[in-house]
Amino acid sequence: MSACKDREQDPRIEGIASSIRVVPNFPKPGIMFQDITTLLLDPKAFKNTVDLFVERYTGKDITVVAGIEARGFIFGPPIALAIGAKFIPLRKPRKLPGEVISEEYVLEYGTDCLQMHIGAVHPGDRALVVDDLIATGGTLCAAIKLLERAGAEVVECACVIELPELKGRERLNGKPLYILVESR
Amino acid sequence: MSSGSSLIFHIPSSCRLPLSPPSPRIPFLRTRFISLKAMASEDGKDHRLARISSSIRVIPDFPKPGIMFQDITTLLLDHKAFRDTIDIFVERYREKNISVVAGIEARGFIFGPPIALAIGAKFVPMRKPKKLPGEVISEEYALEYGTDKMEMHVGAVQPGDRALVIDDLIATGGTLCAAVRLLERVGADVVECACVIELPELKGREKLGHRPVFVLVKG
Repeated sequence: MSACKDREQDPRIEGIASSIRVVPNFPKPGIMFQDITTLLLDPKAFKNTVDLFVERYTGKDITVVAGIEARGFIFGPPIALAIGAKFIPLRKPRKLPGEVISEEYVLEYGTDCLQMHIGAVHPGDRALVVDDLIATGGTLCAAIKLLERAGAEVVECACVIELPELKGRERLNGKPLYILVESR
Repeated sequence: MSSGSSLIFHIPSSCRLPLSPPSPRIPFLRTRFISLKAMASEDGKDHRLARISSSIRVIPDFPKPGIMFQDITTLLLDHKAFRDTIDIFVERYREKNISVVAGIEARGFIFGPPIALAIGAKFVPMRKPKKLPGEVISEEYALEYGTDKMEMHVGAVQPGDRALVIDDLIATGGTLCAAVRLLERVGADVVECACVIELPELKGREKLGHRPVFVLVKG
């Protein structure tokens, strides 16, 4: 786990990076799973994580924070609350009770689908997309598409962790990505 | 918790919420009669509860016919209502030496972390099976048909930890009960269960026995 180059100066990053646990062979052999639950057990590290995002987005007229189920629900709401934005959960199929729009995306085997409530986002909304981690970028890409279909402007994607070798950054429709730690 | 004074909100189906802030601008295509009682705080009427109550949308027949689903996503679209929700919980718990906030997947993940951050507690996600990557302990619980399981990471909670359990809503109390059991099995002291909404007819409090439950609104 390494701090991002342009964030080497911020003393909070080291504590955040070292609070993340790597669990080998989960969910299947060969995958080194980046477990943020240990970050959540460290109140200082968790607070610093949220603060870093809040400092970046305060004063940028962000009106929407969209969090991807389920770990995006942990980081998104504290950011939304601090910057005065709406929080919108982006969910797996059949979880949202009202009328939804859906975006399908590709998995290693097969496809999955992300949904958003109709009416949650309006043309002119300025949106952040938040998740704990960006791997291939498939889910983030689907999230961006949902928000854009509803007329929002996606300002940036924000994740705690990036797996740069999976090149997710290239799949974000040209949207910028902000992350705190890289895992190689 | 006082039930002496309460506010009852009846919003007929033909009435849309006003478009200007604070209300969420969501077309209430299928909403019917909304009747939510806002619980008075211990100090008397809490004006924040009115806005919180009215920001919750009821969706009929979801996930199946006959169920009136309490949809908190509209609360999350109203920044002031969401802030007030968190503030009320934080005010209640900040001086209570709570060391753990356990949030039940997935809507408990929305309300739990802001509370944990504000009171300086750990946040522990309580999850459906096979989601947590490390070693877990499991607690099975009954559904209407069949059973389900809730899991917590081993080592997340220690004996003597003082815990809150958070979810958006208490219905039958089955999931809350499973969460409480998991925490108690590892030696935590579950101080209270806290939810935004209670459906009292489903008797969730009884399921939780003597354990305190704090809610903001009743459906």
